[in-house]
Amino acid sequence: MSPHSAHTAHSIQAASRQLEGPLLEVTDLRTHFRTERGLVRSVDGVSFTLDRGRSLGIVGESGSGKTVLSRSIMGLLPKRNTERSGSVKFEGREVIDLPLADRRKIWGREMSMIFQDPMTSLNPVMRIGKQIGEGLRLHLGMSKEDARATSLHLLREVRIPEPEKRLDQYAFELSGGMRQRVMIALAMSCGPTLLFADEPTTALDVTVQAQILELIGVQKRERNMSLILVTHDLGVVAGHTDDIMVMYGGRMVEKAPTNVLFASMKMPYTEALLKSIPKIEDPSHTRLSVIPGRPPDLVNPPPGCSFAPRCSFAQDRCRTEVPPLITAEHPDHVYACWYPVGSPSHRARTAELAAAMSGAH
Amino acid sequence: MAGSGKAHLRTEGDIILRVEDLVMEFPVGHTGLKVHAVSGISFDVLRGETLGVVGESGCGKSTTGKAMMMLPKPTSGSVVFEGTELTALKADDMRAARTRMQMIFQDPISSLNPRRKVRDIVREPLVIWKRGSHQEQLAKVDALLEEVGIDPQRAADSRPHEFSGGMCQRISIARSLVLDPTLIICDEPVSALDVSVQAQVLNLLEDLKATHGLTLVFIAHDLAVVKNISDRIQVMYLGKICEVAPSNDLYTSPAHHYTKVLIDSIPVPDPEVAVHQVAIEGEPPSPVAPPPGCRFNPRCPAADDRCRAEEPQLRKVGDGHFVACHHPLIGGEAPVAVRSS
Repeated sequence: MSPHSAHTAHSIQAASRQLEGPLLEVTDLRTHFRTERGLVRSVDGVSFTLDRGRSLGIVGESGSGKTVLSRSIMGLLPKRNTERSGSVKFEGREVIDLPLADRRKIWGREMSMIFQDPMTSLNPVMRIGKQIGEGLRLHLGMSKEDARATSLHLLREVRIPEPEKRLDQYAFELSGGMRQRVMIALAMSCGPTLLFADEPTTALDVTVQAQILELIGVQKRERNMSLILVTHDLGVVAGHTDDIMVMYGGRMVEKAPTNVLFASMKMPYTEALLKSIPKIEDPSHTRLSVIPGRPPDLVNPPPGCSFAPRCSFAQDRCRTEVPPLITAEHPDHVYACWYPVGSPSHRARTAELAAAMSGAH
Repeated sequence: MAGSGKAHLRTEGDIILRVEDLVMEFPVGHTGLKVHAVSGISFDVLRGETLGVVGESGCGKSTTGKAMMMLPKPTSGSVVFEGTELTALKADDMRAARTRMQMIFQDPISSLNPRRKVRDIVREPLVIWKRGSHQEQLAKVDALLEEVGIDPQRAADSRPHEFSGGMCQRISIARSLVLDPTLIICDEPVSALDVSVQAQVLNLLEDLKATHGLTLVFIAHDLAVVKNISDRIQVMYLGKICEVAPSNDLYTSPAHHYTKVLIDSIPVPDPEVAVHQVAIEGEPPSPVAPPPGCRFNPRCPAADDRCRAEEPQLRKVGDGHFVACHHPLIGGEAPVAVRSS
């Protein structure tokens, strides 16, 4: 990294920060939206901590609350018709319900976000150089010249071809992959400690997706950032995050270090989700396992476990009592299930289902 | 020849659709430039077969799907469907031909009329073509809705926005089947759906294909999805065909460097194998000015001077397996003679 004024400023800033305790501490966070149909419980009591330099993947289907969770933490949601409670501590400091002026100081410098759609997230009428420079001038008080030089440096870092030329171009003149690289440069510009990436590759082609994920990983390592990667694709988080949190119906239903989760997943939902992905190594016309039904209604969630209506292993208790988070053999592995994968009841039911299947044929 | 050869076209079997030298070009404003969306591709589909078409955005896969339906008519080339040359048909005859070939689109919600009841949406083709009495139409629609997993009673009372994305895709599928077509062109039908719902819709398509005796052309960018449903896969890049092969062979022994890249780029949901290497740098170039020679040459690890000058023709490298590459990963023997047309 070139010794640049901006980066010197960052390191001084970083040194003065409180470096003990977890970077992010979320406790019983709830975000509910008031709608005509009733209260939509998009995030319904999520607690977790994230350490410095760690990466967390948040996985879930649409409507699971993964995007609302990340936006609630960052304070990006409008106040109107939103009910929020719980606590979000960033570097030990409560940041929930900070006034807008204070949240603005956090955005970019402490936490920043890469959004899914790089076309609509970039300003279409502002040149790329100016867009990246805007934050640098505002947050770090750079001069116009310094901001431009740093923008160029950032574009080089995200490996955009012909970076000098890009400074004076508009978003529409760039390809999807280049736009996402600009988004990353923009998110990195003020040296955040925590980066959110909300489905950063969903809008991109598969060959470009691999490049962007690798770029985010490199930036994370070089800058010692923490990363929260939000995605619906278990394949994307498997290779790119230290821990994985699975969300369902606004709640965290399982969380574990990535290799622990894949080696011994406890929640039948996690297992079903993984099984429903078509695998390239399977012969064609392999029957896919499906999760019957669809995600729960967040206005009138089912009583008990919200996955129970779709779960092949659900029993009476699942339909009446909400399962609490239980710690598995691994101390960092938690799950919310009464009859987890591998339990005697689960094994018995698996055998029953297998017998029913073979009986049917 | 502008195309990528026709060595892979079959002469035997019940060929339901045959596309030859299909070219699709669109003007870029008034600049005089053209988008070369599809540049002389040929392929065929047997009755009862599922052909998967895979490639990145801008490779021309959707344009190809629409061109088969004359939406719009191709710039040049021939599309023969059930023995009829579609490019020569008048508008009215083409409308009639479209009852035999139907399309399912990517965004299930915006492809259904938001102001109409779902049962009426599915019934509309029958009304337009005056098939059967009112009672017969309703009976047929309800049976189809039942088959795709939609409650007919609910469909009679509800509009599309009251259904989820997966449900709307089921409704689109029911609508596409109501005129008893033989060929269904599916353009990214599961890309907008969650993985759990995607699996439901893929299984449903497999079932319907069997019960209704359908032939499918399945267009998607996700190779794992395409492989699951297809008998044969055609890989496209920048308006050309790179490789055609039976689905399992394409995965076990890809011949084209681009196919290999596509396979290697798929994120594997397993941390043990997910030590992720970037398979390729760069992005597909603009289809306004495609590179000369092999269109993949600027990104190809094996490209040499020949690739930059001479366009490779499709040639046989295995049973039903054809590749358009000067330096294929398998079967680098002499090219098979190109069938003269």
